[in-house]
Amino acid sequence: MTDLEKDYFEKITYRDAIRLAIHDSMLDDKNIIVMGEDVAAYGGAYGATKDLLKIFGKDRVIDTPISEPAIVGAAIGAAMTGLRPIAELMYVDFFGMSMDQIANQAAKIRYMFGGQISVPMVLRTQGGTGRSGGAQHSQSLESWIMHTPGLFLSMPSKPNDAYHLLKKALKTDNPTIFIEHKLLYNTTGPLDKKKPDENFGKAKIRMEGSDLTIISYSRMTNFAEEAAAILLNDDIRAEVIDLRTLNPLDKETIINSVNKTKRAIVVSESYYTSSVASEITSIIFENCYKTLKKPVIRYTGEDTPVPVAPNLEKAYVPTVEKIVEYSKKIVKD
Amino acid sequence: MTQTNSLLPDLYKTMKKVRTFEERVSELFIKGETAGTMLHLSIGEELASTCVAKAMDEKDTFTTHHRGHGIFLAKGGNPNRMMAEIAGKKDGYCKGKGGSMHIADMKLGHLGANAIVGGGIPTVIGAALSYKYLKKPQVSIAFFGDGAMQQGILYESMNMASLWNLPVVFCCVNNQYGMGTKIDDAVGKKDFAARAQSFGLNTLHINDLDVEKAFHNSKDVIEKARKYQPGFIEIECYRFYGHARMDKSPYRNSEEELKSRKERDPISFAKEALIRDNLLDLDEINKMDESISVEMDEAMNYAIGSPLNDTEEIFNDVYSNDMPSPKSVDERIKKILSVK
Repeated sequence: MTDLEKDYFEKITYRDAIRLAIHDSMLDDKNIIVMGEDVAAYGGAYGATKDLLKIFGKDRVIDTPISEPAIVGAAIGAAMTGLRPIAELMYVDFFGMSMDQIANQAAKIRYMFGGQISVPMVLRTQGGTGRSGGAQHSQSLESWIMHTPGLFLSMPSKPNDAYHLLKKALKTDNPTIFIEHKLLYNTTGPLDKKKPDENFGKAKIRMEGSDLTIISYSRMTNFAEEAAAILLNDDIRAEVIDLRTLNPLDKETIINSVNKTKRAIVVSESYYTSSVASEITSIIFENCYKTLKKPVIRYTGEDTPVPVAPNLEKAYVPTVEKIVEYSKKIVKD
Repeated sequence: MTQTNSLLPDLYKTMKKVRTFEERVSELFIKGETAGTMLHLSIGEELASTCVAKAMDEKDTFTTHHRGHGIFLAKGGNPNRMMAEIAGKKDGYCKGKGGSMHIADMKLGHLGANAIVGGGIPTVIGAALSYKYLKKPQVSIAFFGDGAMQQGILYESMNMASLWNLPVVFCCVNNQYGMGTKIDDAVGKKDFAARAQSFGLNTLHINDLDVEKAFHNSKDVIEKARKYQPGFIEIECYRFYGHARMDKSPYRNSEEELKSRKERDPISFAKEALIRDNLLDLDEINKMDESISVEMDEAMNYAIGSPLNDTEEIFNDVYSNDMPSPKSVDERIKKILSVK
């Protein structure tokens, strides 16, 4: 890994920001271990753990068998007995295999045992469309996690957030699910290690505006920003909120913004029904119904499995063009 | 007492404690003082509850299945706090929020009982990874029933134990029934030890009532695990009563139950051996039984007397203490309605 010592990067990939966060955290805390399928010799299916084996050795960077339930379960046991494991699930879709350990064990151990013990583990995984992975390698399953009390959930969109939020997740005692996006790994942005913007649970206003609020997270934040830039041509000023973490969820920033702009679009790659977008829409309605001028728009992936064909996959998820179209409609109509 | 080096008196005492405790749980239920009816008693399984738990070192850790009262008690669980937990009371190990199936005591190395069959098994893999990495001479033991022998996660865990040479022991308490399904109706080939052997684990199959022998043999497996040779112990026994308190056992006949209670009772067997080998006489045994009975009565009364939690307790312990607890639904609704 290059530039391990640098504190400031004008331009770094999301992937390298994740790698650096793991690397720097492992230097700080010798009880952090990394475990998962192909995380060591291969360097992670998406390269996020590349070179860590060379640097930290096989006691701390552990290739596991293809046993997702036991990977998560072992991370739980290690977390209960003095370590701070980072377990990796190669695809978020493998929640299907390991949901008992995630939702019935990790999420509930602290509560069931009356607060005697915490489960300070981070489960890193990645999701989303964009590589024709099909219905079992392209999903956005964050609502499964958000639906389960006890789990922290972070889905950063920028390298700087990915670095600082992951580092922060490795300090909290709450089991944290960290969902990256497969199409974000090659995106770039600045990283300032010295300016820790690590307020886990606080959303960030990416662009300020007064005409409508676009609420998003992960890759869709970038779409929202693009859309907001285009809307400026029509003199429409959109406020773009990047949630960064879904639990804790920064309701205050959402509510304050929508009360100001009186219009809202929630953009997410996940399903339309019973989703993160549904939840945020409810929050807006409950708290802003007196100020709302238009119905809240839930703009999401379709309520179907994810198709493989590139044209279908692309049409399956929100587009910048449609965000612009819907925004114009609720502002101008 | 003639042979002071025999462990049988102590093992008998532990088994008797387990049975008496479970009988009091049953009584607590009849009095309407338990939290619910999901109470899985280990009566008939006392040898299994005792031999491995007593063979563990003080710092060894373990997880149990839902039928884990006996194991916890044998490892040193406090009967008062256990009973209070089963009653859902404030003084219980988990403040009454875990109950019978989710009881735990980190100080004692009890990493938790589990209500998902096989759910607690991989926990010991992680614990053992910790001990190996931190160079602590501890062993972690997963207890589970014969039902979990049919769960995939057991084999994922066995493979990891073997692959990474972990200080782990898998302990199957085979009581012949998965709820109401007899083992013959759930298992293709009834050779659990062979399954474990195929993963390269040291295996021990216990299928008699000699608790002292079971203790020593279990100890061997545990000590090998401490030297990074993971093990598997199967203890065959018979669940004297139903699956849970409400189970009237329609799936098996009372003849089978009565026969098993007569022929497979580890406590009667140990009692006879104590007398036969002049380790304790009947008077001494009766006195011991009586003091256990008093102790467990006290536990039952402690549970009955322990206060209930304030309902605010619902919201504690979801997240670490530096995080705000979730707000109640009532509070949320009132906040929404208060907007002018």
